[in-house]
Amino acid sequence: MSFSKVSRRGVMKTGAATGVALAAPTLFTGAVWADGHTGFTNAPGDSSVTLGFNVPQTGAYADEGADELRAYQLAVQHLNGEGDGGMLNTFSERNLDGTGILGRRVEFVTGDTQTNSDAARASARSMIERDGAIMITGGSSSGVAVAVQGLCQDAGVIFMAGLTHANDTTGKDRRANGFRHFFNTEMTGSALAPILEGLYGSDRRAYHLTADYNWGWSQERSIRTYTENLGWETVNSVLTPVGAGDFSSYLTPVANSGADVLILNHYGGDMVNSLTQAVQFGLRDMQANGKDFAVVVPLFSRLMAQGAGSAIANIHGSTNWHWSLPDEGSQAFTRSFGTAYGFPPSQAAHTCYVQTLLYADAVTRAGSFNPCAVVEALEGFEFDGLGNGPTLYRAEDHQCFKDVLVVRGKENPDNEYDLLEIVEVTARDQVTYAVDHPDFVEGQLGSCNPGA
Amino acid sequence: MESIILQLLNGLDKGSAYALIALGLTLIFGTLGVVNFAHGALFMMGAFIAVTLNMLFGISFEVEDPTRTDFLGNVMMVDTPYVVYWFGEGVGNWLIDWSVPISVVVAIPVMALIGIAMERGLIRFFYKRPHADQILVTFGLAIVLQEIIKAFYGANPIPTPAPEAFVGSFDVGQLLGFDPFAVMYPYWRLVYFFFAALIIGLVFAFLQFTTFGMVVRAGMADRETVGLLGIDIDKRFVTMFAIAAIVAGLAGVMYTPILSPNYHIGMDFLVLSFVVVVVGGMGSLPGAVAAGFLLGILQSFASMSWIIELIPGINQVVIYLVAIVILLTRPRGLMGRKGVMEE
Repeated sequence: MSFSKVSRRGVMKTGAATGVALAAPTLFTGAVWADGHTGFTNAPGDSSVTLGFNVPQTGAYADEGADELRAYQLAVQHLNGEGDGGMLNTFSERNLDGTGILGRRVEFVTGDTQTNSDAARASARSMIERDGAIMITGGSSSGVAVAVQGLCQDAGVIFMAGLTHANDTTGKDRRANGFRHFFNTEMTGSALAPILEGLYGSDRRAYHLTADYNWGWSQERSIRTYTENLGWETVNSVLTPVGAGDFSSYLTPVANSGADVLILNHYGGDMVNSLTQAVQFGLRDMQANGKDFAVVVPLFSRLMAQGAGSAIANIHGSTNWHWSLPDEGSQAFTRSFGTAYGFPPSQAAHTCYVQTLLYADAVTRAGSFNPCAVVEALEGFEFDGLGNGPTLYRAEDHQCFKDVLVVRGKENPDNEYDLLEIVEVTARDQVTYAVDHPDFVEGQLGSCNPGA
Repeated sequence: MESIILQLLNGLDKGSAYALIALGLTLIFGTLGVVNFAHGALFMMGAFIAVTLNMLFGISFEVEDPTRTDFLGNVMMVDTPYVVYWFGEGVGNWLIDWSVPISVVVAIPVMALIGIAMERGLIRFFYKRPHADQILVTFGLAIVLQEIIKAFYGANPIPTPAPEAFVGSFDVGQLLGFDPFAVMYPYWRLVYFFFAALIIGLVFAFLQFTTFGMVVRAGMADRETVGLLGIDIDKRFVTMFAIAAIVAGLAGVMYTPILSPNYHIGMDFLVLSFVVVVVGGMGSLPGAVAAGFLLGILQSFASMSWIIELIPGINQVVIYLVAIVILLTRPRGLMGRKGVMEE
């Protein structure tokens, strides 16, 4: 691997700095990093710093990627003192003052993940090696997040994950240089289960249709564990190929399976199609075992809800964030985004915007762009004012712990964006799991890598 | 038993889509000798005619509703579709509700024009070129067309619902003596099956009972001899290309309520449809239709959970396994003719 800004002298400097750091890892804390660590990948000059936004610009999640990019552009404007400042005004930390990051104007480059791990790694590598990006962020798939996180770890830059929901991102595939603000399938299970019990009771028989890849397996495992703990029986679980399109063959056995709940562990286009078709087959309106049949979509997204149209009515699921949240931070972001683009932001946009601000703030608090200083600043960091209430970036796994929303598809939406209503804001304590949770215990963060 | 009937219905439904696309493919191959990889794009364009008409009927002007506010707290702007404003609520809402069936009428001339433009503008220059060249150019064309659609409509699926009258499911089981609600099947999927049967019947009738059809069939059997008889077979073949485009387009239009279309929908069907054509026998119209239904039904049964448990992944490969078996035992496919693609 070679980086365009690497020189023999730089390598020697970095080697020396790394040696010192390894010899005395506990001596450097906080602002001391600024002086102690100067050799790291893509150290910015005095005037500007470049961030790399790696989002799906083509492929199935292109619309979600476009929303992420809009949020990133807004974040850059706010960091550079343009626009109304958005969440800079509500963030509990007051370090960001619109003068860029550490006095450097924020610039950005973009890459196209194509929702493909290889393409995502290639675009991230290009942004690091060719464009000098010091931080990579974005993505709309767990496979991509894990792949790019590994690359950033090796390259010695920070990875602030975009939309990634599988446990593995901060579980078995966690890395010291990677951070996730988005929630995960374990949190979905713990937030959704009590609501499902309240709605449907504890004597239910569930049928799972699950997308056959990392996220689908993770989602099924989590929701299954929680519903079985409620007393629900899992009648069947069928893996469906990603991008199946027509799910009719998988849906027709459901009605006569003895199940009275269908759980669709699908996202994106698969969710749109499987939910729409489940409703077409009359599953939402039928009776089974003397009860009203229920359909559950554990991970909901407003963009997907738009695709599914009226099929989402009365369907429950979870989401990371929703523009209708009444807190100051959410409203400030919705106002900024809505004014700039004419429609409310998605949860993907929100998490990407927040991640950018969190990175900028961590650099400012650390007084250094050195990835190891940023890691230290983010680990165990408590903040508020960015939506979702008080939030913790847990040091042990680099996962954010915050409130999780349980939502329901609206029956009579007012407009094309007003599709989900918040049923419950599940408190952070309820969705916080132990560091040694069986689904996460395999992972090791390892050491931060400053690169160079 | 109920599950088997449901999977049979599913198979017939899937099969009717495969059969419609494969029918057009084999028409083009049989008449023009062109392997058209852009045929899936014609299906997609048909689907997007329905999307476009739905959007056109939905074009609205905004009126302030002072009693409500939008997501930014401003006065709510309520959309009123122009068709409702012009024709009144009854007719306007009917047009929006019935946009998919109306799209069938619109799609016929539009797809014919697209087909003719595609044939005259590009395909005809490749008649005498090797099949590999034809595949490359038509595949390239398919990618260009789908990228154009993506640029205009975005990458996400666009819901295009069936008319309200066809929402919900029909109790097929009661007709067959089962308990109520034992075998429910969506109305629109039943409509699709009968629509496909009608189109297939019309195409066969056209080829069987008209002079034009007779000449085309003769041309498919022996192009050279028909030419020696002084018949300009090329002119007729342009018409056949247009008919194939219309069939694919109509298949796409009617499929939109079943599967919200995105730019990739044509490519998803194309590969399977080629397998259908090969299994049915290159250039054989009845073969394409029979293979379409056969493979649709097989694919549907292979997706049953107990079969997947027995043979994991069978639902993904069953069509290709069957294709291998049929081609090993009948190298020309189910109803293939000697000499086709064997020169």
